Amino acid sequence: MNQTYGIAGVSAVVLATVLVGALGLRISRTTSDFYVASRSVPPRLNAFAVSGEYLSAASFLGVAGLVLAQGADMLWFPIGYTAGFLVLLAFVAAPLRRSGAYTLPDFAEARLESRAVRRIASVLVVGVGWLYLLPQLRGAGLILRLLTGAPGWFGGLVVAVVVTVAVAAGGMRSITFVQAFQYWLKLTALLVPAVFLLIAWRADRAPAPAWDERPVFQRSTRVATDRPLTLTVHAPVRVTVTGTVDGRPLDGPLTLGAGTHRVGPGTTLGFPRGAPVPLPDGGGPGTAPTGWAQPLSAGREQHGLYATYGLILATFLGTMGLPHVVVRFYTNPDGGAARRTTVVVLGLLGAFYLLVPLYGVLGRLYAPDLLLTGDTDAAVLVLPQRLIGGPGGDLLGALVAGGACAAFLSTVSGLTMSVAGVLAQDVLPTLGIRHFRLATLPAIAVPTAASTVVTDLPVADAVGLAFAVSASSFCPLLLLGIWWRGLTPPGAVAGLLLGGGSALTAVTVTIAGGATSGPLHTLLAWPAVWSVPAGFAAMVLISLATRHRVPASAAATMARLHLPEPPRGPATAPGAGPKRSRERRP
Amino acid sequence: MTALGTVVLAVAALGLFALGAALGHAGARRQQENPADVGTPVERATFHTLHTASLAAPPLRAGLTPDTARKAARRLRPLLGTVALALADEESVLAWDGTGEHHRAAAAARPAHTARTRTFPLTCPDARCPVRWGVVVPLTVDGRAAGALAAFTDRESAVVVRAAEEVARWVSVQLELVDLDRARSGAIEAEIRALRAQISPHFVYNSLASIASFVRTDPERARELLLEFADFTRYSFRRGGDFTTLAEELRSIEQYLELARARFGRRLEVTLRIAPEVLPVTLPFLCLQPLVENALKHGLEESVERGRITITAEDEGTEARVVIEDDGVGMDPQRLRDLLRGRGGPSAGIGLSNVDMRLRQVYGDDHGLVIETGVGAGTKITVRLPKFHPGSAR
Repeated sequence: MNQTYGIAGVSAVVLATVLVGALGLRISRTTSDFYVASRSVPPRLNAFAVSGEYLSAASFLGVAGLVLAQGADMLWFPIGYTAGFLVLLAFVAAPLRRSGAYTLPDFAEARLESRAVRRIASVLVVGVGWLYLLPQLRGAGLILRLLTGAPGWFGGLVVAVVVTVAVAAGGMRSITFVQAFQYWLKLTALLVPAVFLLIAWRADRAPAPAWDERPVFQRSTRVATDRPLTLTVHAPVRVTVTGTVDGRPLDGPLTLGAGTHRVGPGTTLGFPRGAPVPLPDGGGPGTAPTGWAQPLSAGREQHGLYATYGLILATFLGTMGLPHVVVRFYTNPDGGAARRTTVVVLGLLGAFYLLVPLYGVLGRLYAPDLLLTGDTDAAVLVLPQRLIGGPGGDLLGALVAGGACAAFLSTVSGLTMSVAGVLAQDVLPTLGIRHFRLATLPAIAVPTAASTVVTDLPVADAVGLAFAVSASSFCPLLLLGIWWRGLTPPGAVAGLLLGGGSALTAVTVTIAGGATSGPLHTLLAWPAVWSVPAGFAAMVLISLATRHRVPASAAATMARLHLPEPPRGPATAPGAGPKRSRERRP
Repeated sequence: MTALGTVVLAVAALGLFALGAALGHAGARRQQENPADVGTPVERATFHTLHTASLAAPPLRAGLTPDTARKAARRLRPLLGTVALALADEESVLAWDGTGEHHRAAAAARPAHTARTRTFPLTCPDARCPVRWGVVVPLTVDGRAAGALAAFTDRESAVVVRAAEEVARWVSVQLELVDLDRARSGAIEAEIRALRAQISPHFVYNSLASIASFVRTDPERARELLLEFADFTRYSFRRGGDFTTLAEELRSIEQYLELARARFGRRLEVTLRIAPEVLPVTLPFLCLQPLVENALKHGLEESVERGRITITAEDEGTEARVVIEDDGVGMDPQRLRDLLRGRGGPSAGIGLSNVDMRLRQVYGDDHGLVIETGVGAGTKITVRLPKFHPGSAR
């Protein structure tokens, strides 16, 4: 991909973000029109902002990469990411807003009146936030590596520094406008290239992906390696080589016979059109040659059904516990507005996620070499150049790169802010409440350090792990806290520790590479199936056992969570501007 | 694999850290519980008794309920050294600590609010039951019976009677303190209610006077201003709810400034810069309006030139920061300090110290007003409001 265009695209996005942030700050009201000052954020604008903050690098890059590598099963990712908001809408949004809580620990304290529950919830929020930040920074590293050839850790560091400086300088003031802008930017960055890609695909006589066979190079393709590769060739194929194959330095054409070949790092291989991609048989995940388009048969080792349910549970129930999503609902003036916001978010996310699998399928067609190098997350980035090429392809590539940049900028800044808030308030109270900005440092330094250590984890998978922890700890806390008056502080502590703690342990072991294969790995990589019921069961059983500890004000709190707010003054009533309301009065 | 190694090392370090923290915490706590093994055995026994009594005090200070009685009885029984101990209020036995709980019904049958100490033997069909004899001592608060303490042993003992009486007296004192606590928190609540700012009579007078001046020249404007005034007073005089949202408070401030503009005309310039994210923040009712009034007073009323007031509300993570700034005559910092300590005389600046006090009472001492000012340098008042406050949502 063309470096100049790409860098220009990314720089433009960063610049535009800063500009919107700064200009939003400058829209101040003078005497003549200051009535607008006390008008709240309308649900639609807030929904843009929620979507902008929510659509991360995992959605923008990761899902397409997983669809490319592992096929139809991975469509559960976009479905789950969206359906999480349906659960949020039905069970959580309005009561959570009415509780007056800004963060999840706030909710725990408001509902259970216990400092202990608050503290445990804080630790879990930080854990989930860090887990979610990790893949974002990795995605940033990937983009910068593709654009400039810088090492993978460098991009994460750059984003971390940019966000830290922005937050510490207080530059994220008009955050709602910035995030809303980012949503439309991301949608545009996927939609416009998608239109052109489809036209190019039609012009290419609309080839269908080889559904149940090995992927085939649709065009003659050059594959550059940066680490040693093993190729499995079934039929002899004539390639051009610059570098080392099977230990011999070569520069020119070569016929690879059937069998396995070792390719050294820094080698460029030119495959002819129509050659099958030399993937190893049943090697790593996602390289299974058959059943790509069939659910429950491809990839995911032997436990497709289990893994799919793990994914569904984690994403459906995990969204409600994501710190940066919860924080945004505080901006709504009341419970009704929170519901309306969520409905709009569902539409916005649905529109976005319709585009993502398209990139996955086109990637399977036109960028199957990514399966060889393992950079499947880059599918979205390389497609415009592959399919369209020329300056047009470069421009579209720059647009996509800019969108990806927006994806991790918005999510990283939102997450860093919420994690820093919780750190400053609950985990490191010695810093003092005033040192919110100081807390951004540990909030982002830890995942940055981790992202330099952990290297081979697909972006969307890592996000799935954050969802799993959130689903097994905060989902029981929120659902039971809102809908069951019998929840007690000891019950909540037990559920958070058992559900969240076990999921966190499983996830840590997975990321650290503790178990790489077999049923144990599957169990640990998709913990939601067992950890969510464990969290619920612990909360319910311990609550029942400690019935006398139900907070005295439980009934009053429940009433506040579920009764509609009393009508407020004209200032917050939606649509009732002060001028109009004044004229309506006799 | 180095990556794996690093991660394992990091996890191990974290685990060690957690273990160390837990051990240190436990050690510190143990040390607290046994201050030091110093003194003669008698002194140590005294320490022990005092310590046990101090442990029983906190639950009792929350009043006599089944939960607190259970916690207190658990601490009090070792003090008496009896096999069982019961605490009762005027109606029923609240807690039974020790063995022989099947006598609970028998103890409940005794008139709990006896005027004086009573002893009584107990019969039990169970030969091994150690509860054979009991003593009931009344708990009195302000001279009236509030409940009873009963101790049970296997035989008659004058020592137990004496000890039970002393413990009952100590418990009675604690319960009297409960009443004191209640009175004090009632006083604080009353104080907060009294502190609830009121709009100044001057403002009402000035507003009506300036509206009157428009009645003939610009009746439409006068009508609008009157409606503004009606809205403003409805908000300011409302009853119930000590908290409001920043959106409502700002709306009231807008009305206030609109009325002030009727009076000052072009001399008053106002800039509002409000981040919409912080509008739902809850805050004590009418705690920004006095600050604006103060700014208006120092920015305009005491000079003849133009004045500018800037009101900014910003998002600061878990808090909202509201800044009210004017470019008026300012104030001598020393005089301001006196004002905030309530030594400024009856006429001057009740508003500022009132707001400061209420903010401190609700959010704690580190959330008071921050005022930057100097003679001729204008005034800048900063308020930091937590986005979530456990008490404010109710």
